[in-house]
Amino acid sequence: MKVAIFSTCVVDLFFPKVGQAMTEVLERFGCDCYLPENQICCGQPTYNSGYLKETDKTLHNEIDSLLSVDADYIVGPAGSCVAMLRSYKNSLKDDPEYAQKAAELADKSYEFSQFLYRVLGVVDAGAQLDAKATYHRSCHMTRLLGEATAPFVLLDHVKDLEMTPLPNIQNCCGFGGTFSAKEPEISQTMVDEKVDSVLSTKAEILISADPACLMNIGGRFSRRGEKIKIMHIAEVLNSNVDVKRIKYKKDIEKVEQ
Amino acid sequence: MGIATSTKPFVERVEEAKKDKFMQASVAKAQDAQWDKREAARKELGNWEQWRDLGEQIRQHVIKYLPDYLEEFADNVEKKGGHVFFAKTDQEATEYIKDLAVKKAVKKVVKSKSMVSTEIDLDKELMKLPGVSVMETDLAEFILQEDNWDEPTHIVFPTLHKNRDQIQKVFEKLGYTGSNEPEKMAKFARKYLREYFLQADMGVTGCNFAIADSGMINLVTNEGNADLTMAIPKTQVVVMGMERIVPSLKEAEVLDNMLSRSAVGQKLTSYCSFSGKRTDDESDGPDDFHVVIIDNGRSNALGTQFESVLQCIRCGSCLNVCPVYRHIGGKGYGSIYPGPIGAVLSPVLDGYEEFGDLPYASSLCAACTETCPVRIPLHELLIEHRHVMMDKLHTDHSLTNTIMKTIGVGTGSPILFKSAMFGANTASKVVSHHDHDSVAGFLYETGRIGKLHKPVPKFARGWTDIRDLPQPAKSHENFRHWFKKHKQEQAAKGGK
Ligand code: SF4
Repeated sequence: MKVAIFSTCVVDLFFPKVGQAMTEVLERFGCDCYLPENQICCGQPTYNSGYLKETDKTLHNEIDSLLSVDADYIVGPAGSCVAMLRSYKNSLKDDPEYAQKAAELADKSYEFSQFLYRVLGVVDAGAQLDAKATYHRSCHMTRLLGEATAPFVLLDHVKDLEMTPLPNIQNCCGFGGTFSAKEPEISQTMVDEKVDSVLSTKAEILISADPACLMNIGGRFSRRGEKIKIMHIAEVLNSNVDVKRIKYKKDIEKVEQ
Repeated sequence: MGIATSTKPFVERVEEAKKDKFMQASVAKAQDAQWDKREAARKELGNWEQWRDLGEQIRQHVIKYLPDYLEEFADNVEKKGGHVFFAKTDQEATEYIKDLAVKKAVKKVVKSKSMVSTEIDLDKELMKLPGVSVMETDLAEFILQEDNWDEPTHIVFPTLHKNRDQIQKVFEKLGYTGSNEPEKMAKFARKYLREYFLQADMGVTGCNFAIADSGMINLVTNEGNADLTMAIPKTQVVVMGMERIVPSLKEAEVLDNMLSRSAVGQKLTSYCSFSGKRTDDESDGPDDFHVVIIDNGRSNALGTQFESVLQCIRCGSCLNVCPVYRHIGGKGYGSIYPGPIGAVLSPVLDGYEEFGDLPYASSLCAACTETCPVRIPLHELLIEHRHVMMDKLHTDHSLTNTIMKTIGVGTGSPILFKSAMFGANTASKVVSHHDHDSVAGFLYETGRIGKLHKPVPKFARGWTDIRDLPQPAKSHENFRHWFKKHKQEQAAKGGK
């Protein structure tokens, strides 16, 4: 199966290990990965700030680039950015040149954990991690992409990983793209509450499927001088893997029968 | 002041809200409690998403045929001997009601909770008339009134920002000597209000839904004060926003059900009434019945990308899930319509000059859109407001504007982005000083955190004032570089 990796600008600029882990996991499950050269960014920074005209070029570029390799699927390590890719279908529906391409792009784009769980049918990626962790659910992944199950199932199956529920998991971490820079006062109270919630779980690791949220919460942890280890879900699922542990949905169903 | 509740600039309001730890705690507590109650009530109803579809369809349909339904409603009110007045502005509305009060020699007005009456400053206008006094009979509104006409901070729970001790102090001024127990204070208020009710000669209520095919007014409350306001005084005024209409009882039933569950997490509120002018075979109810239908900026939304804001049934649930409202409260927004609905509606009603900051007071987390019973795409409308202000009105000439345009160019051009990416590490050196040891105890697996030394560009300062920024990956360590090498290694191994 051919997969085009939608690397996202945040991973390109800041988090090489997330991209690496995601690629390694996907390859483990038999995906032939490609990294389309000319991709840049999903366009949220300008689009969400109201600069729609300025964003058009970004969207067009991203579509051309991601469709330039003839892949079966497009997979990205950020729920928010993938939700944005899928929304092109709607925002470009009146664009004579790009409407159809945008629809094609939307139909084959998946967030990493969503792809593992929903397309490949994986429930246990074979990973092991001896730690106590909690998971931050990103707003866009949950509400705009509609994926609220996949990461939890996959993390629940990581050997020795103790997952503790995060209180008030439904509340935004205060990132909101340019919001965090434009309204730092409000953003700070939001991220502080999130940091407090994470601390209350006594988790050693904070996991998420959105690197931007991790950058925000981690950055605030650091500034407050609090300790936490931050991991993207791809890094967790790529930890101490034993392929013998890998399990698919269909294996579980068989057991249940 | 109309819908504005403050003359202070937005940043100052946020500053003040940030300091008000009591308010934050009480909003958070209320939000969390409402979350459980609301979700349980919706779950109990079952098929909530389909109910939302139905709610949306009903409201969309009404807004589409608004003139027809308003005409039908007005005809039916008049057929029963009532009067209907269409007010284009707040002033037209208050003048009409004041004239009526003068004509009827009104002395005492009782009011039940109505956001639109607050919007048009009706209380204060009526009290300008010599010898006329006004009494708010909704418990929360009564507290606000007695606390020197404090402004409401929530559209369903107007006193969310006050605690029971503060309320006790307000009541002590009226002669209350009891404890701060809510039940005791409520009992005191009820007795106090009851006496006033019996003497009132004009009643003013809002309207949850106006029923077009019967000319009836549907009110949904938990205190029953609205029904008394309707039943006792001989002259009755209903004030309603022009969008607050449904075709028939059938649709009202659907929406009342959704409204109660969304607003207070109840199957149905304690009182849900349908009334109008007293008919010959009824013993109570008003003899003189007036409905004032108010535009006051609502038609600005008709036929525009903001039309769906008129679908709102004022359930307040978008406020109850909003993480920004959680931290800045109603006062932070500076509008009687706060929270996500307020951030969308206030600029529609009063313009960007007054409320242009509000659409930016959102992280676009979409919790509002997810909860709205009538499926208003609130977070998309916030982006739409930003769009109108930035692309169309060019209201922002600040540095941010230039930077956003530059990002627009940068993220649209692969060559520019690559040079930025591969130069990011070098470029950031100008503003960041990478020092591992300075970040005590921070284990950042995926990227390195570096402390930034001032000065940083103005735009990034909002970020770095409160949190650390990871050090950009060096070009020979970034993901693209790794991927290329990884592929080469695979090829060398004879793999794919
Ligand atoms: S916008 Fe929706 S959620 Fe908010 S008050 Fe109106 S109906 Fe309720």
